[in-house]
Amino acid sequence: MNLPDFDYYIPASLQDACALLAEKGPGAKVLAGGTDLLNKMKHELMAPEVLISLKKLDQLTSIDYVSGKGVVIGSMATHNAISNSSLLQEKYLSVCEAAQHMANNQVRNVGTIGGNIVNAVPSADLPPIFIALGALLTLVSTNGERVMPLEEFFTGPGKTHLAPDELLTGIVIPDNSFTGSTYIKFGLRRSGALAVVGVAVAVEMDGNICKDARIALGAVAPVPMRAKKAEAMMIGNAITDELLEQVGVCASTECNPISDIRGSEEYRRDMVRVFTKRALRKAINNGHV
Amino acid sequence: MQVVVDNNGIKRYLVTLNINGDSYTRVIKANTLLVKFLREEIDLTGTKKGCELGDCGSCTVLMDGKPVNSCIVLAVEADGHEITTIEGVAQNNKLDRIQESFIENAAIQCGYCTPGMVLSAKALLTQNPHPTEQEVRTAIAGNLCRCTGYVNIVKAVLVAADEQ
Repeated sequence: MNLPDFDYYIPASLQDACALLAEKGPGAKVLAGGTDLLNKMKHELMAPEVLISLKKLDQLTSIDYVSGKGVVIGSMATHNAISNSSLLQEKYLSVCEAAQHMANNQVRNVGTIGGNIVNAVPSADLPPIFIALGALLTLVSTNGERVMPLEEFFTGPGKTHLAPDELLTGIVIPDNSFTGSTYIKFGLRRSGALAVVGVAVAVEMDGNICKDARIALGAVAPVPMRAKKAEAMMIGNAITDELLEQVGVCASTECNPISDIRGSEEYRRDMVRVFTKRALRKAINNGHV
Repeated sequence: MQVVVDNNGIKRYLVTLNINGDSYTRVIKANTLLVKFLREEIDLTGTKKGCELGDCGSCTVLMDGKPVNSCIVLAVEADGHEITTIEGVAQNNKLDRIQESFIENAAIQCGYCTPGMVLSAKALLTQNPHPTEQEVRTAIAGNLCRCTGYVNIVKAVLVAADEQ
């Protein structure tokens, strides 16, 4: 399968990349890992005239703790760089685990967190755990920088608030007081399968009392979504199996899944009930964020 | 990256890739995929084309030691990188112990997945010389085999690891 022709640029600085993106207009696409973009081009779902590679922007691959800000993950960090990062393993092991269980090793060596977010696939594995942890995106254009909560970024399948001349440069997990988190997904195979249902949760526990809870659902709505009514049922209450069951039921009514080749709407809703309960129990018992 | 424009206005890019230890410089179009570059520019046809969508792993090569699907990597993006293909695994006309183990353990049937499978195994054993069975299975999860049922492939990798 061949790719159509396109012009290729490999800017040496972020400023140059933004200037090129602004100059070339909507016919230009940003090339990160390419594991999604090149497939879309092979299928003629997309025919950009210009590809702007971010490969030379080494600063976008870093994963660092920035005091006063939180953990900053460059948008060009690959899935394997995330799952092998000692900083993330120490502070947010759940993020490492989510990255480690997606696609396959070859794709994890090339695909990037930035691409995973910007492609806005409803079943993507990384957005739910980042939304549960309250992550923020840094978006840069020739007009400057803006920050947007990840949960507000998506507008529909394949659609986001990213302006045509904007680049996603980083994901920030702000400091927080969560005591546990996790992402669990159900796919039709253990490897290389899209999520049929993905549930990420982050909780702050004080003994058996839940002080804060965030539940983010993937693959069961046009965009990754928070189950806010289900979260509200947790906060301030003592955790019991009955409560977790009720929270699961609530989350299953809040989501808005479709029926497709991987599962029916009814099946997905029931899996949200089960997985929300299971994810919350795991995050509460986990002992790590 | 140096750009050459021909009389028809078509742009080509000067790239240098280190492949199996040798340096190759070519002038190519941006839409040349790495698998096509290896097979058609360099005549290294051990790298196979399968699904061409990054799902099957037939086209696996090592880029700076890490397995990647060469069907979804642009050759221009591999400029300046070290590529290992299946032709670069044997040293001094002697098969690698992983290749020997694949033969001894009947881990090859039709053979189409074998180059990619060997490279995924090579990368694993370089990084983790004594993997568990689960770690072997995870490492080759991106390499589909429709013949063997994987049992002998996993065994071959584990035997190769034991021999180290």
